[in-house]
Amino acid sequence: MSKKEMANPRDAYGETLVELGGRYHNIVVLDADLSKSTKTILFAKKYPERFFEMGIAEANMISTAAGLASCGKIPFASSFAVFATGRVYDQIRIDVAYSKANVKIFATHGGISVGKDGASHQMIEDLTLMRVLPNMTVLAPSDATQTRRLVELMATTEGPMYARIGRANASVLYKKEDLKDLKIGKGLVVKDGSDVSIIACGTMVAQAVDAQEKLSQDGVSVRVVDMHTIKPLDEKLVIKCARETNAILTVEEHSVIGGLGGAVSEVLAEDGSPTKFKRMGVQDMFCESGEPEELFEKYGLSTPHIVKTVKKLIK
Amino acid sequence: MKQHDEEFIRKLDLTAVKIRKHIIEMLYRAKSGHPGGSLSAVEAIVALYFHHMKHNPKNPKDPNRDRFVLSKGHAAPTLYAVLAECGYFDVKELLFLRQINCMLQGHPVCTHIPGVEASTGSLGHGLSFANGIALAGKLDKKDYRVYVMVGDGETDEGQIWEAAASASHYKLDNLTALIDRNFLQIDGNTEDVLRLESVRDRWSSFGWYVLEVDGHDIEEIIDALLTASEQKNQPTMIILNTVKGKGISFMENNIDFHGVPPNEMEYKLAMKELDTAQKALEATL
Repeated sequence: MSKKEMANPRDAYGETLVELGGRYHNIVVLDADLSKSTKTILFAKKYPERFFEMGIAEANMISTAAGLASCGKIPFASSFAVFATGRVYDQIRIDVAYSKANVKIFATHGGISVGKDGASHQMIEDLTLMRVLPNMTVLAPSDATQTRRLVELMATTEGPMYARIGRANASVLYKKEDLKDLKIGKGLVVKDGSDVSIIACGTMVAQAVDAQEKLSQDGVSVRVVDMHTIKPLDEKLVIKCARETNAILTVEEHSVIGGLGGAVSEVLAEDGSPTKFKRMGVQDMFCESGEPEELFEKYGLSTPHIVKTVKKLIK
Repeated sequence: MKQHDEEFIRKLDLTAVKIRKHIIEMLYRAKSGHPGGSLSAVEAIVALYFHHMKHNPKNPKDPNRDRFVLSKGHAAPTLYAVLAECGYFDVKELLFLRQINCMLQGHPVCTHIPGVEASTGSLGHGLSFANGIALAGKLDKKDYRVYVMVGDGETDEGQIWEAAASASHYKLDNLTALIDRNFLQIDGNTEDVLRLESVRDRWSSFGWYVLEVDGHDIEEIIDALLTASEQKNQPTMIILNTVKGKGISFMENNIDFHGVPPNEMEYKLAMKELDTAQKALEATL
């Protein structure tokens, strides 16, 4: 694997909040005793009067954010993905989604690459849980640059939104100018190809790009799509991939049930597409403690796994 | 105690009777809903909307308005009846509570009912939501106040205590909560289901200023609301000692009427009792 520039999307999130805080005075930030990890601490230091430390009380944080939104504030509420969604599903359902509140839930530590904390902290259901909620927009930025751009779009686009990033450093896939036309709900074709489309989100986009490079050496032409918006899904792009390539593979650091793979398979099934299709992600199981690379290897999300799966799919 | 114009209080009492009539009518027509907890909450909500709160039905989104959050969302009929009588929407809407293609949902929803501040119904959220409004008010240096009513059974929910701690931590003296202390929840007496006493000690130990009033005495409620508004550096909880099903003899303290509407005979009896109460009050005016 070639040596690539790395950056942490969490830093990108914190720094972008600070930048946006200067531009938009109605942005407020809430955190539940994890501001050092989610990086909202950067905003807290710059704009202490607009930062609300809520303590280890996530339910209260979400409903309070909704109350702030009802008064014209743009609240960003942050925690780890596991606490920002599953733990507070009912608060998000009623106070945010049903109420169409302009609340931005921004979660870090999504997926299994949380690593050593183990399955209790490895959130693999959040995209599903948020996607099923009416009115909710669901985002999974793939690198630090895209995180910056999507956080900006979250702040400037009205409505309930959820975004998740991972804990670890991520390969830098984009330059700032690459994303100036980025739109919520419009997937990006990162690499074009004709044999197979890999539709990935979040941390798995970089893995897919690595797999694409390997596969091209073996004569397989791979299209890589960065599907940063899980909902509303770019259905046109999914169908386009189905028409133009022979197979589709979805890859996500998430359960294969109901997330990106679930969303794409729904579109393909209703389209009546004969395209070969496979979902890669965490199978229907809880994982365990370990280094991120070890976990990707054991649970089938490493680059070699993607390469192998693509070859099997187009055989 | 401040002395209020007796006639003014009587008029509010009369309004409370009218609201009760709406509630019974609405629930009878809807053939579903929650009479007990709607009836116990009447006087406090009447006192807020017809006297204490600064609000304008012609401009429901006025950024300087006082806000009321009904955390115990199952008392929606009371809120709807009060909002309609204030002029937020046509009183005729009340007849279509819980009907398909109609505005008034079984539980409050803020997206399309004028005057409803928060979507509630899942218990335990409203106090946190009210905290958010209070924090925004402090941030914007606005002098509006926020009021929130919680059920006593509702305080079984853990989120209430997260919010109680948070309101106290942030010194939300622009927040007044009211607890409808009617001692009954679906499965029985609150003290048998999950002990709440001492309600007063619990809230004061969380750093709240606590007042206790007869929740059906409008004059006492008004005085408490005023006292709460003058508190500095801490939120206030007003314990409303109430009777579930208040105003209808056979519904009072009767848990069977938590979530069951009156049948035809009960409806007629209830309306007769309320007519009698109305006439008695009108005679004094």
